[in-house]
Amino acid sequence: MAIRVNKLSYAYRRTPVLHDLTFEVARGECFIVLGPNGSGKTTLIKTLANLLPVSGGDIFFRDRPLKRYSRGDLARRVAYVAQAGIDDSPFSVKEMVIMGRTPYLGVLGVEGRTDLEFARQAIEYTGLSRLSNRRMNSLSGGERQRAHIARAICQQPQLILLDEPTAALDLAHQIRIMDLMATLIKDQGITVVMVSHDINLAAMYADRLLLIVDGRVAACGPPAQVIDEQTLARAYGCHILVDRSPAGPWPRVNLVPKEGSRT
Amino acid sequence: MVTLALTLLLLAVMVIGLTMGSSSSGLEAVRTILFKDGAGDAMQEAIIWRIRLPRVLLAALVGAALSLGGLVFQALLKNPLAEPYILGISGGAAIGAIIGIMLGLSRIPGVGITAFLGSLATLLLIIVISSGRTVLVKDALLLSGVMVNAFCSAVIMFLLSITQDSRLHNIIFWLMGDLSASMIQHVGMLAAILLPCFIVIFIHSNRMNLLLLGSDMAASMGVHVRLVTLVLLVTTSLMISVTVSQCGLIGFVGLVIPHLLRLIIGPDHRVLVPACIFGGGAYMVVCDLLARVLPAQGEMPGGVITAMIGAPLFIILLRRSKQ
Repeated sequence: MAIRVNKLSYAYRRTPVLHDLTFEVARGECFIVLGPNGSGKTTLIKTLANLLPVSGGDIFFRDRPLKRYSRGDLARRVAYVAQAGIDDSPFSVKEMVIMGRTPYLGVLGVEGRTDLEFARQAIEYTGLSRLSNRRMNSLSGGERQRAHIARAICQQPQLILLDEPTAALDLAHQIRIMDLMATLIKDQGITVVMVSHDINLAAMYADRLLLIVDGRVAACGPPAQVIDEQTLARAYGCHILVDRSPAGPWPRVNLVPKEGSRT
Repeated sequence: MVTLALTLLLLAVMVIGLTMGSSSSGLEAVRTILFKDGAGDAMQEAIIWRIRLPRVLLAALVGAALSLGGLVFQALLKNPLAEPYILGISGGAAIGAIIGIMLGLSRIPGVGITAFLGSLATLLLIIVISSGRTVLVKDALLLSGVMVNAFCSAVIMFLLSITQDSRLHNIIFWLMGDLSASMIQHVGMLAAILLPCFIVIFIHSNRMNLLLLGSDMAASMGVHVRLVTLVLLVTTSLMISVTVSQCGLIGFVGLVIPHLLRLIIGPDHRVLVPACIFGGGAYMVVCDLLARVLPAQGEMPGGVITAMIGAPLFIILLRRSKQ
């Protein structure tokens, strides 16, 4: 198992956010977390990245408790890509991507030739070679997101955690990011855990889905099992029809307007 | 490359600083006095060894410490306007120093210690006000800093108002940034405190780069965010308070130099930290030189020059960077 989560709870200033979550993620799996706004998806991914102190339960990464890893050890195994925000950092793409090598460097953080080569490859892999000297704050949302993924790849992780990597991206960029993660799994055997809002995209790329509602597991399993009219209607509180995607063997979600509003 | 150029620049201005003053000495004379013991004119020798050399060294140290202080605060708060002065750290140090002076303590270590306590107290106050738990809420920290700073100014004025007349002139002159009256022993003690601080900050320069990406990003790449922030804040406070206790409040160095260097050499702190040390040192030596040479009679505090050059320069830089 890449990750085993056992009865995980998290409270933010006494307000409980996550309750008794239990699930597992296999190695080399694409595991996507779905759920309504405020259901605790971002909190969950941050606790998996060891960025938040859990208030109950355990997280095991490769059968060893997350807390038992040193900061450096964890940074060499797990990479985290935050929700895309306004990036006001003044660095160029190249400078930012090579920061992913930090866990492998000495105290002064001086990069060697192999580190530069890693950064160059990661930039090429994410299709950013022509932008490598551009400043992060001059890039579009999709380019920025790819640069952060390149930085995560530079960390040579066994697990990448991504928080809504396709939010605010246009259609071409959404597919591009998802394809990139799929090839990363295929090429390097990396495990990917991702939070998403887009159920259809998740259905296409995920091996398994986790649906959380109000910080509790509402459903967990392969897309065909989780993407179910009744389950989703209960989770999101709206009328949903599920059919088969014309693009392939995946379920597809269709929203239904409130009766009378479109007649 | 840039660091090397700045080092040479610092050495050059230090030599110029040694040659110029109310009575000029030629370069040759300075060389003779510095490197050949007892070969020069006794009067000249006294001026250079006792007055100019300590002063030039002090200016270089102070300029380096102030620019570095600005750089660290700007990185931690991700705000180019952050500076020990604006945050009230210097004000707190000044209060501590004034209390020390009023108690009749010696400049170093006595006043240095009360100044450090004062700056730590303000730092603690700022952190407590801005939030109980998280150290790095950026706007809250800056805002509470502004408030603490205003409070410190009021306390300084209050202390000055209740001080007896004879000490008043000294304190006011010192408060405006005074580099005169420094003995070589004082400079040595200052260096003994500041140089380790420079090293601690240089060791953390790559972590400052990571912190600029955000604390979650930095933590996910193995940085102990809280510890690094704390170490940097305390080191910088120490640096600023010994500087303040030695030569008062000198503004704008910490704002102008890091900003200028960032425009020239980019955002990498592994280069910026040494560049700030040498560039800030050179800038302060030049400012102090102007403060010594410009007035027809006597001298003016160095802080006057740094502010008069610094503020307009900062406005120009700000306008240019927006275009």
